[in-house]
Amino acid sequence: MTTAALSTDQLAPGQAAWRRFRRHRLALAGAVIILVLVFGSAFGPYLLPFDDTYIDIMKRFAPPLSGAHILGTDELGRDVLARLMMGARVSLSIGITAMVIAMAVGIAVGAFAGFYGGVVGAVLMRLVDAVLCFPTIFLLIALAALTEPGFVTTTVLIAATAWMWVARVVEAQVRSLREREFAVAAVAFGSSNLRIMFRELVPNAIAPIVVAATLNVAKAILLESYLSYLGYGIQPPAASLGNMLNNAQIYLTSAPWLAIAPGVAITLAVTSFNFLGDGLRDALDPRMNIP
Amino acid sequence: MARYVANRLAQAIMLLVIVSAIGFAILHLAPGGPLSQFAASAQMTQEDLDRVTKQLGLDRPLPIQYLDWFGRMLKGDWGRSYRDGEAVLSVISSHLGATLELMATATIIAVLLGCWIGVLGALRRYSLFDTLATVGAMIALSIPTFWFGLVTIYVFSVKLGWLPSGDRETVGDGSVLDLLHHLIAPALVLALVETAMWGRFMRSSMLEVINQDYIRTARAKGMPEWRILTVHALRNALLPMITVAGLQLPTLLGGALVAETVFTWPGMGRLFLDSIGYRDYPVVMGILMFSATMVLIGSLLADILYAVVDPRIRVG
Repeated sequence: MTTAALSTDQLAPGQAAWRRFRRHRLALAGAVIILVLVFGSAFGPYLLPFDDTYIDIMKRFAPPLSGAHILGTDELGRDVLARLMMGARVSLSIGITAMVIAMAVGIAVGAFAGFYGGVVGAVLMRLVDAVLCFPTIFLLIALAALTEPGFVTTTVLIAATAWMWVARVVEAQVRSLREREFAVAAVAFGSSNLRIMFRELVPNAIAPIVVAATLNVAKAILLESYLSYLGYGIQPPAASLGNMLNNAQIYLTSAPWLAIAPGVAITLAVTSFNFLGDGLRDALDPRMNIP
Repeated sequence: MARYVANRLAQAIMLLVIVSAIGFAILHLAPGGPLSQFAASAQMTQEDLDRVTKQLGLDRPLPIQYLDWFGRMLKGDWGRSYRDGEAVLSVISSHLGATLELMATATIIAVLLGCWIGVLGALRRYSLFDTLATVGAMIALSIPTFWFGLVTIYVFSVKLGWLPSGDRETVGDGSVLDLLHHLIAPALVLALVETAMWGRFMRSSMLEVINQDYIRTARAKGMPEWRILTVHALRNALLPMITVAGLQLPTLLGGALVAETVFTWPGMGRLFLDSIGYRDYPVVMGILMFSATMVLIGSLLADILYAVVDPRIRVG
């Protein structure tokens, strides 16, 4: 090991450029894949001759690339590609909607806790800590088992188990921003507390909030897949990327393609959002270099 | 030090109270409340329900019920399983061993592998190895654990026939070799995410340490590079990993639940899902509270241990 390799601060210009290039290339690839998934799941189903819920018992377990079924058919003879597109539509919608709800709750809790501090802040943040004590999957399944499964429930429950990280990020930001000159000026100006919080402080914390939102979508898609795989999320006949894997284990020996396509789609979607979030973090806020 | 521990302990107790309040709220969220199981039964009349409600004290004000419930939790009386009437705590503890075995094995793999990858990545920052490790870690964090388990079963059990596709032991065998044979796949699947996280944390911790002044001083004194790395850099970079161990616990428990489901591993996670299937709410609630308490105690221990090895923490 040489000394040059250790002094990481002094990168050669070429290395620094490679670093930026590499980082942004992955984020860019993520963004492109997300666009492909969004457009594919939005318009793809209209281009296919098959309906995602159309059952054709004579053509069960057709392997991929056999005839008209590009990705084959499942145990009921439904077209896997059609289900994949509809499933991606459901999973992406849940991911994004759950993110929006989680962000709204997280930003509100974080802003109030960070702005008021003291007892209010302590109580709100201890609540955040307490919810974080529950392993996400346990909490999610317990809540899902107590409620009627469906699109709305799944979305709300995922948001309910994901807002705490946002609250932590926003609380830390607001707590430090409220001491800054522009915030003090707003107070001197006679602005209301709500206005200072949501018009001055939160917009100034937009960089970490955007990063958190992107990573939150990744998390939500992953959680949907867990929940639906275990049978407590989106219910058949509707497809989601998770519930397509629900029966995959039984047919693993005879029809492995049933497991491959949805799993690859989930991994692709989640990885893309994670890389995009990582890239945004580097681009927007270099100081926030948490792993 | 004593003051720090006392402070941290008080915080943990406060958290436990909030955690239990959340648990209590969830219990009462169940359709029909804690009695939903009986309410669903056709043989129960409304009078029966009212009588049971009174017997169990469910007609009292909620705060009183909560205090009563919390007090019984502290005494170890976690209720009885609807399925076989066994005490919840003993049901949980009979499944705990399998889960701990899985979690411990996965953690050992993840710590060794993750720290090695992280240190190497930090020392050769932006090398091909580091790039591949960073990208690989991100993908590992994005793969659904259950799907990775399915792929593992397909490749190593269905196609190659090297590993069993599930269960903890072959019926009638149960030798150490047989147990290990069954442990490999679920432990590796569970270790994947953990390794990625340990690698990422270790890399950033190591990067921070090797840029410190005392490393430069050591180098200026002419100390051999291996000694700088092992004695000065690695030792200090490993300290924050204690906190990581505490932070990992929720993910580890959640991952164990999923790995246990895929590999039909007879642990707490599977018990949890089975109990949900049977609407066995006392056991479900018990496991939920048990796992949250485990996380709470884990992070408390991690914080205290960190303060023991790094005196700077106690002041803050």
